[in-house]
Amino acid sequence: MTEIKSEQQLVDIANQIRQDVVKMLVTAKSGHTAGSLGMADIFTTLYFSGVLNVDPSNPTCPDRDRVVLSNGHICPVLYATLARAGFFPLDELSTLRKLGSRLQGHPHRGTLPGIETTSGPLGSGLSQSAGMAYAARMDKQKWQVYCLGSDGEHDEGNTWEAVMFAAKYKLDNLTYIIDRNNIQIDGHTEDVMPLELLRAKYEAFNWHVLEIDGHNIGVIHDALQEARSIVGKPVVIIAYTIPGKGVEFMEFLPEWHGKAPSAAEAVEALSELRTLSGRIDSEHQ
Amino acid sequence: MLVEHITLSSSDQKPIRDGFGEGLVEAARRNPNVVGLCADLTESTRMQAFKDEFPERFIQIGVAEQNLVTVASGLAAAGKIPYIASYATFSPGRNWEQIRTTVCYNNVPVKIAGHHAGLSVGPDGATHQSLEDIALMRVLPNMTVVVPCDAIEAKKATIAALVQPTPVYIRLNRAATTVFTSESSPFEIGRAEVLAEGSDVTIFACGSLVYDCLVVAHELMSQSISVEVINVSTIKPLDGNTVLSSVRKTKRVVTVEEHQVAGGLGSAIAEFLGEHFPVRMKRLGILDLFGQSGEPNELMTEYGLTKDRIQLAVKESMNYIE
Repeated sequence: MTEIKSEQQLVDIANQIRQDVVKMLVTAKSGHTAGSLGMADIFTTLYFSGVLNVDPSNPTCPDRDRVVLSNGHICPVLYATLARAGFFPLDELSTLRKLGSRLQGHPHRGTLPGIETTSGPLGSGLSQSAGMAYAARMDKQKWQVYCLGSDGEHDEGNTWEAVMFAAKYKLDNLTYIIDRNNIQIDGHTEDVMPLELLRAKYEAFNWHVLEIDGHNIGVIHDALQEARSIVGKPVVIIAYTIPGKGVEFMEFLPEWHGKAPSAAEAVEALSELRTLSGRIDSEHQ
Repeated sequence: MLVEHITLSSSDQKPIRDGFGEGLVEAARRNPNVVGLCADLTESTRMQAFKDEFPERFIQIGVAEQNLVTVASGLAAAGKIPYIASYATFSPGRNWEQIRTTVCYNNVPVKIAGHHAGLSVGPDGATHQSLEDIALMRVLPNMTVVVPCDAIEAKKATIAALVQPTPVYIRLNRAATTVFTSESSPFEIGRAEVLAEGSDVTIFACGSLVYDCLVVAHELMSQSISVEVINVSTIKPLDGNTVLSSVRKTKRVVTVEEHQVAGGLGSAIAEFLGEHFPVRMKRLGILDLFGQSGEPNELMTEYGLTKDRIQLAVKESMNYIE
């Protein structure tokens, strides 16, 4: 079990993870920046605020909570979080997307501690999570399943198959956190394939719906705690996030969905993160 | 010369899929982690008996084959041994990418039963006649591909899949097929079995057509053509030793399958022999076509998968070398 951190410590960890993400992506020269930065606060809160029952020193402990990243392309934030939590050495982060690395371009189950499933092709994480949750209930296990996914992957039919399945079987040990950042590769979600009214859709499918600011760590923590307490329904947390959060020239722009920063852009991004957008002088890290 | 444990005179006709249903119940009795998932075809895929005996281990997915396999992947990651069943055109036809990523790349022990494979589905027509599934599954790393030749072998294959730590695809037919193997017939995943010994031509066959090949071999004895028939019940991994030792002897090869010639058993044998012992081959199967509606026997005649055509192919192969 990871040590519980204060809210300010969590803010600092999220900032550190964002810096890790930028460094990983500039080194790898390819990868997905916007979603990785946008989900840093949620990953931080999940792993460091005491919500999640995982043990980095025993990553396959049978009664651990399961974390499934459905939109595998934002794995830089997952990798950085796992490394910061102690699942594997921090210096391994620089191997992202390199030949022979455990940090594959999209997550692969079986080599890197803390990775529960292979993902990348969109829309299949929720149903795998539902399968895990179903198994936990069959075996009368208390562990929870947290699936993190994207708004864009709601274009996939497989997602809605899983939404129906989880509701039918009342998988209340399943929490699905949607990164509602409104972008996907080809542009804004409402232009590519409109998803709204997303909340109403989930309610109609008989899910318990929470909507939160995906950058407010206190709010994220409270939502994750509330999700654990819901009985009889799966829970979806629609987390409104800013793609590229923390680096102003990346924020809100679909073009940063699948692009890595150049060396110069990385310097600028890291400077902004280290000085908290110029609010503090020191760039010491 | 037929091996002892099989009989051509059997009048017992049974759909190969029935063996899956019986095998699943037996597998579930042996291992409490076995779960069964079905995509709205419980009776047709013969999962009903399992559902009746183990209702708490049966999971209805609805008509959602992508969900069928991905939920199974999640169950397997959490320690279950899922058997999933639908028609082969839908699973593995529709959900191939999910099988590739979440089952094979994850390397979790999901067992995929592809029902109504081949032309012999009959009147439902081409949409439901899976003629590509062996090819789809054979190219996937970590996947084992099994094509039982009768109901008894299907039962054995279903039970044997239980102890494979990897994904397994089991291809099953709907039409009543002669039961010609016996409980004592050897079956092992990864092993091809010589069912008739011969010295002139080797027929490699799988699934429902193995029986017809044996009948042809028997008939050709009177014409002084000695045919070896090998039941290639596991297409992947291919039993190269058995293939090679037979072809070194006969040097003539015919393959027979209820599947596209491209990518199926015939391809697997050709690829192997091409590298290890090149011989000219005659491959019987579907020649880059879709099926159509019709009675199973009408379709098999229309598409050239009859005993007469197999016999012709054997005779033709006799001319390939002196």
